[in-house]
Amino acid sequence: MNEFMTTEAATTGIPPPRAAGAKRNVWSWLNVWSLGTVLIAAAMTVPILAVLIIGLTPGDDIWSHLASTVLPGYISTTLGLMIGVGVGTLVIGVGTAWLVSTCRFSGRRLFEWALLLPMAMPAYVIAYVYTDILEYAGPVQEVLRDIFGWTLKRDYWFPEIRSLGGAASMMTLVLYPYVYLLSRAAFMEQSVCVLEASRILGRGPWRSFCTVALPLARPAIVIGVSLVLMETLNDFGTVDFFAVGTFTLGIYDVWLNMNNVAGAAQLAGVMLFFVVFLMLAERFARRKQRFHTTTAKLKALPGYQLKGAPKRFATVACALPVLFGFLLPAMVLGGYAVTNFDAAANAEVLRHAGNSVLLSSVVALLALGIGVFMAYGVRLRKEKIVTFVVRFASLGYAVPGSVLAIGVLVSLGGLDNGIDGFMRRNFGLSTGLVFSGTIAAVTFGYLVRFLALSFGSVEASLSKITPNMDGAAASLGHGPFSTLKRIHLPLIRGSALTAVIMVFVECMKELPMTVILRPFNFHTLATYVHQFASDEQLGEASLAALAIVGFGILPVIVLSFAITKSRPGHSTEEPTS
Amino acid sequence: MIALAGLITHSSTAAPGDAVNLYSYRQPFLMKPLLDAFTKETRVKVNMVYLKKGMLERLKAEGANSPADLVLTADIGNIQNLVAAGLLQSSSSSKINRNVPAQFRHPQGLWYGLTTRARIIFAHKDRVKPGEVTTYEDLAKPHMKGRICTRSGKHVYNVSLLAWMIAAKGEAAGEAWARGLKANLARKPQGNDRAQVKAVFQGECDVAVGNTYYMGKMMTNKKNPEQKNWAAAVNLIFPNQKDRGTHVNISGAGITKSAKNKAGAIRLIEFLTGDAAQKIYAEDNFEYPIKVGAKLHPIVAGWGKFKADETFLFKIAEHRITATRIMDKVRFNN
Repeated sequence: MNEFMTTEAATTGIPPPRAAGAKRNVWSWLNVWSLGTVLIAAAMTVPILAVLIIGLTPGDDIWSHLASTVLPGYISTTLGLMIGVGVGTLVIGVGTAWLVSTCRFSGRRLFEWALLLPMAMPAYVIAYVYTDILEYAGPVQEVLRDIFGWTLKRDYWFPEIRSLGGAASMMTLVLYPYVYLLSRAAFMEQSVCVLEASRILGRGPWRSFCTVALPLARPAIVIGVSLVLMETLNDFGTVDFFAVGTFTLGIYDVWLNMNNVAGAAQLAGVMLFFVVFLMLAERFARRKQRFHTTTAKLKALPGYQLKGAPKRFATVACALPVLFGFLLPAMVLGGYAVTNFDAAANAEVLRHAGNSVLLSSVVALLALGIGVFMAYGVRLRKEKIVTFVVRFASLGYAVPGSVLAIGVLVSLGGLDNGIDGFMRRNFGLSTGLVFSGTIAAVTFGYLVRFLALSFGSVEASLSKITPNMDGAAASLGHGPFSTLKRIHLPLIRGSALTAVIMVFVECMKELPMTVILRPFNFHTLATYVHQFASDEQLGEASLAALAIVGFGILPVIVLSFAITKSRPGHSTEEPTS
Repeated sequence: MIALAGLITHSSTAAPGDAVNLYSYRQPFLMKPLLDAFTKETRVKVNMVYLKKGMLERLKAEGANSPADLVLTADIGNIQNLVAAGLLQSSSSSKINRNVPAQFRHPQGLWYGLTTRARIIFAHKDRVKPGEVTTYEDLAKPHMKGRICTRSGKHVYNVSLLAWMIAAKGEAAGEAWARGLKANLARKPQGNDRAQVKAVFQGECDVAVGNTYYMGKMMTNKKNPEQKNWAAAVNLIFPNQKDRGTHVNISGAGITKSAKNKAGAIRLIEFLTGDAAQKIYAEDNFEYPIKVGAKLHPIVAGWGKFKADETFLFKIAEHRITATRIMDKVRFNN
């Protein structure tokens, strides 16, 4: 592998010329990859298409009613939330990633992994915890009332946690790690040469960051922020609890209260087109740019030794997100778990934990396999049709979970009943439901929803490998599979691990799809917590909630160390300066 | 993969012959003691999925092959939607008909009430003068401005309350009432019924709207003893005692069209409306038993007898979509 790593080639962005001798071989592989990619991607798009088709079925017109009443509010609230969470996660995620990747200050080694911890905290859980602390009846306001002698609400002003700002803060606190994770990986993969060149040419650290490092990390940052925005857009638990009227809340309202699933699917379709529009706009904005790394001279990042005020600032800036996104809520949950130990601790929780971990692990590995296959399929042949189907397949993340679950229900129900009908007609036997209401249905649902995570991070990582590598491999007689195995996989292993763990953690927290698709008598930790939390009795499920966080943390920490090590030439020793 | 296969076999315990398969809107921790008692008495196993959203779509997609025999809901609205979608079948059992009064079951036996709950007013003991609030209509009057707390206007319980108002007094009056109530709210609608009483206790508002059983749960809460203080701060007001009576809703059950084990499902409804189960509902969850003559929890009995409105529940359910739209129109949740 090393001989490839030290290959220094000029970047052109032009696909590699195919070696004549390898031509036939290459073509036969190409067919398999393209066809396989399209087929897998198509299977993943079925539930999304099903949602759009449900939207086309005739039903009561909801648009005139919504437009004249709540729709403008849904739109402005949703945009406000997206801007709040987008800016918040961007600043915290990129800022802290840059600090821990390139600067030296107290606690940096700790923050490298601790900054990821809030990722394991489900947004609806943290929302519940902060409401308990900050609402009118919570300890903070109680203490204030005691100190200042206020008695009633009208006596003073205190920010309302159950508000747009509150929801944006909660989501920022648990979602910034996505941006942190992806931008840190990008900073780690950057060649120090370009930064040194920038410094030699007279730019200070701040301008080097803004004009060199940041633009180079743009694809990764964009993926991080767009994952965050999609998560924000389709959140139900937090906005429902805070009574913040977003578009997604409107979808649920039309579906469940107006009993109009077609109208809900139409709204979901509109939201989907909005997401597609945003993605296309971003792609268009960087259409002429290439991000391949052409040098592999990756010595340890320099590490600017911070001193004085900047040093203290860096420590505080990294500590705050960990404190508010993880430590404080985890301590509150821990407190609940202690007071409710008898109710919260039982053998069931252990069994549910087993279900959660097993299901999440299997889905994470499957998602990685499919993500790599599809991303590589796209890379091999930039066929418009392949690219289109694959992009469409990764839109599942932008559809609210419950709505997507209906898509899965309808697709699998159709398939099952189709098979059953066929068998009845031709063989006189009934197969019943093969997939519906089984773990397979839940697994499929998770894959459709979280494929974007694995595909996105693998694709971003592959995009940084110059096509010259593929060309060199082909000219040495290696087919695509061999090239993937020997060149690409080792190069993208950091991102692949990131992908696996992101999907794992998301599956651990997943709620809306599991609730709708699961088999009889089946719980995950999240559904177990939900049945209590939905009745505002989180105390009784606090141990299970902590377990979600606990099982999520372990792989997150592993991931962090792996990223640090993934940088060729990066030493874990502090450089002496 | 092998592990996953293990998980599949482990969890697909569905339908071994005589088990009853349940799709439920009600939480498993609520249903467990009841279902355990049923299994103990009849040796029939009950499998359950807690499906708060998407039950209708799941039944529809699974079609005739659906494994579900029985559905349980916490409100008349949910069950009426299933009826409208043609997903339930009629049944008849003289035992159930004896247990459940006529206004709490569907005329053709498409669904049956299991328990009733009244949606009442909780008023602060000192800050609300006797006679200040005696009807739902009072909640919309100017003297209550800035004094009321309630959960989301889109929650089924509040939608049903408004639908009931529309059924009684017409759409225009219903809208005027919702508008008046909205104008009197102390804060944006949020939290569950219990959280509203907490807000009254803390001085955020003087009056809350909520279901009766929450009161019992707060008064006896051992795990969160502070809830006893919340409950102690309020009086219970059963509204409209001098005219049409207090709005009551049901939790109910219905047999699915696809039921493979209809006999078992009927047996389970018979059990749930019978003495033993009604006692568990009353004692564990402070609900009003549906069965005539079944004993109330002493706490619930202590609230006294009240006049419940006798409008047929499916008549109320007809106005639910109108009620939802009115909630949008008056921007109740803004």
